[in-house]
Amino acid sequence: MNRRMLQRKITDALNVLSSKKAVKYAMYLAAVILFFVLILVPPILGIAIKWGTIQQVLDQPQIIGRALSSVANSFAIALLVSALDVLAGIPMAWLITRGKSKWLSILDTLADIPFIVPTAALGYSLLLFWNDPQQGISSLFGGSIVSTGWLLVVLLHFTFSYPVVVRVLVGALLDYRKEYEQASRTLGAVPFMAFRTVTSPILKPSLIAAFIMSFARSLSETGATFIVAGAFENGPVFLQNMKQGFSDGLVTQATYEGATVFASVILIAISCTIFAFIRIFGSKLKLPFKGMWPNIERKLSYSKAAFSRNTITMIVFVAIVLLPALFVALPAFQAVFTKTLPDAFLGSGVWSDYWQSLLVSYGLGAIVTVLGFIIGLPMAILIARKKLGKSLSALLDILVNIPLIVPSIALGVSLKFFWKDSFPLMPEMLLLIFAHLAITYPYIVKSMAAAFERISMDMEEAARTLGAKPFSVFSTIIMPLTKYSILSGAIMVFTRSVSETGATVAVVTSLRTAPVVIVDWVKGIVPATSLEIGLGCGLLILLSFIILFALRLVTRGKGRY
Amino acid sequence: MPDVRVANLTKKFGEITALDNINLHIHDQEYFALLGPSGCGKTTLLRLIAGLIEPDSGEIYIGEKRVDNVPPEARDIGFVFQTFALFPHMTAWENVLYGPRVKNFDLKKAETIGDEVLEMVKLHERLDAYPNELSGGMMQRIAVARALAAGAKTLLLDEPLGQLDAKVRNEIRYEIRKMAKDLNLTAIHVTHDQAEAMSISDRIAVMKKGKIVQVGTPQELYLQPSSLFVAHFIGESNFLEGSVVDSSDGELEIELRGGVKVDAVGGVGKGERVVLAIRPEIFAVEVGTHRRKNTLRGKIDKITFEGTFIRYVIRFESQDSVVVIRPSLAETWMSIGSEVTLSFEPKKAHVFAYPAAGLMEEISV
Repeated sequence: MNRRMLQRKITDALNVLSSKKAVKYAMYLAAVILFFVLILVPPILGIAIKWGTIQQVLDQPQIIGRALSSVANSFAIALLVSALDVLAGIPMAWLITRGKSKWLSILDTLADIPFIVPTAALGYSLLLFWNDPQQGISSLFGGSIVSTGWLLVVLLHFTFSYPVVVRVLVGALLDYRKEYEQASRTLGAVPFMAFRTVTSPILKPSLIAAFIMSFARSLSETGATFIVAGAFENGPVFLQNMKQGFSDGLVTQATYEGATVFASVILIAISCTIFAFIRIFGSKLKLPFKGMWPNIERKLSYSKAAFSRNTITMIVFVAIVLLPALFVALPAFQAVFTKTLPDAFLGSGVWSDYWQSLLVSYGLGAIVTVLGFIIGLPMAILIARKKLGKSLSALLDILVNIPLIVPSIALGVSLKFFWKDSFPLMPEMLLLIFAHLAITYPYIVKSMAAAFERISMDMEEAARTLGAKPFSVFSTIIMPLTKYSILSGAIMVFTRSVSETGATVAVVTSLRTAPVVIVDWVKGIVPATSLEIGLGCGLLILLSFIILFALRLVTRGKGRY
Repeated sequence: MPDVRVANLTKKFGEITALDNINLHIHDQEYFALLGPSGCGKTTLLRLIAGLIEPDSGEIYIGEKRVDNVPPEARDIGFVFQTFALFPHMTAWENVLYGPRVKNFDLKKAETIGDEVLEMVKLHERLDAYPNELSGGMMQRIAVARALAAGAKTLLLDEPLGQLDAKVRNEIRYEIRKMAKDLNLTAIHVTHDQAEAMSISDRIAVMKKGKIVQVGTPQELYLQPSSLFVAHFIGESNFLEGSVVDSSDGELEIELRGGVKVDAVGGVGKGERVVLAIRPEIFAVEVGTHRRKNTLRGKIDKITFEGTFIRYVIRFESQDSVVVIRPSLAETWMSIGSEVTLSFEPKKAHVFAYPAAGLMEEISV
């Protein structure tokens, strides 16, 4: 039997299977069960198992005080950073989509750069740029210009959320029908007024989405924050410090577990409340449309103001986002011309750990991406095609988002409690896979569901009337039309998994991923020279750049029909 | 008082010339249509007048004021979009009040204006509804009301009826014209529908491939088309190819394909290749063979009953055919295969020199 016939047979078999209602529902049921068993329930149970340990810290006011103030810091910083990112992202997205210069496509690409720098490397890069008295802009002022602490954390979070916010807003502006704005102009509104009264209310869902993404990222990020925080503590850094304190023998296991559960519960509870609030009231929130200030708004719209707006936008982008993010390239290049490079390739000294951690990181990323795709696909179809009815599908849609808004270190902590207590012999790698699966699950499901939703039902129905069975419809119509958006969703999952630090440090004790290694080097937990750290970061950036570049080549000009 | 003038206006999109050196003068308080097939540049011209896009070269005047460097909000125009572009986050009433509000009128004055224009478009119910809850006809009325409420003296309409079904379209088009006339507005109405343009316009500019081919009243365009394209695009015409065998004082004798000779009127020299354009209703039809002046003989090939009219396709021995339209009530029925004699008055046929690019290319849209 040749290959074609075999293929044909398999397709036929799958078609027969897919036509059976029982098979279809078994598949959807499996997806829902896996979602509950692997993603949603373990973190909740993990917290529940250790609930009692809170007692251990309730009579330690100092620990409670630290936990509370660190959580407060987390939300204050997330709020500040998200507001700043949206404010800075709007004029940038505007410039990219509406500007007339041919250089804008380069700007568009540059705005993505912080995205390809894994956050741990980004943290180190910012530390060098803002804080190191010998290098960066600080060297010009004869001392650190920004000391480690909350301001550096704000700068860091602003930088890593910037490309995400700009990407969301650029997408929204490209989809936005310009006629609304033009209608407003012909009715007498100057450009700024048109933006305020028409464009921004219509784009409000995207503005909220960008804000939420930035907010959630800021709450979750651990590795880079730990690098630049110094003595400052936000939620993830507090949890990390407690863990470090426990392994250094400074705090007891009971105190460590109690403080961890206490801080995690508060983090999770507040962030769920905030997101629920945004979800319920976000759509009702109306921007005030009462006043009109024709003269002020005219001044803001034309020539001078627009010019200085663009100038400020560019300065913020270059000085606060681009240069600091890429600054680590400097020691990386220096390292290339010293003994550090041959050392690295020979794997001597700290490097053998480094290469091993890269293997772990990329292997883990690949496994998580594939598994996520397999268990996420039926869920995405359920949500996109509302297979379980409108309200149940909407409920699933909300539930799927939960891992996104739970700070990843808190998620990791509770996952560890659950799996380690239930299955003490579980290998760490499996635990890591579960943790990363939980964190990345929303990304893969959301991106696939969005891609499926864009395909009109007519297309499927046309295929069915022409005689295609369900599996054939999927493989010949839906897959070809969505493969590029699914591929970019998969890449997002992969890069997220590779740079994830919070949940990773929470669940493992011996296994080390690349960002964990970088954090250990920078914090001096493992002694490494600055050239070694620089090169380590540089190689990490190079690898993720190659992966993203390859993706751009594959998807360029495709996937749009 | 706003007349609208454009001079030497050119607009390119990349390699494509959307508008090629356009000159046009639209009078104050005129209802003017820009008519042409899709891609002819009519919408581009309207958007240039509104200031939604900028010309590569040329001048635009609204009233005495040169406006090609003036932003749209300062041009004092109202614009009705093909897709209506009603703001989805505002109710119908808020949409209507938007113009007065951004012009910073006080609320009372804005509401008075809103009431007046809604009176005009005869829409008073469902004002608290959002655009996605309204029918196409209602959205259209709100879109017009919104443009009028801004108080502009020039109204620009981009295929304003394109999204409506036939019945509503026919009702609303006369209402729009009446409102423009009642308010003494200068209106420029873009459409690809020649029946729509003919029925509501004072004058029409017919456009083709970025150029204006003829400007005139509906009657002028119908009765005196200046080109084969206009003869074809406005109303309906039969085209018969032939050559001039005799020409004196503008009276022509033309030999058609197949050797039949007919008389016509025009300034074409002897020996020239020509195309004769004859409207379907010009022909007189009689069953059988009759001796008349200026006749063509053929057989009925096809009959279509269209209610008010009957349409016959009549094929000649040369295998060329023509369409003939007769009022259905006045008609003694003729049947397929009948031999008929057609005749027409020489001065009612239009004679055009045979186009260099070929007949099909010339009349293609």
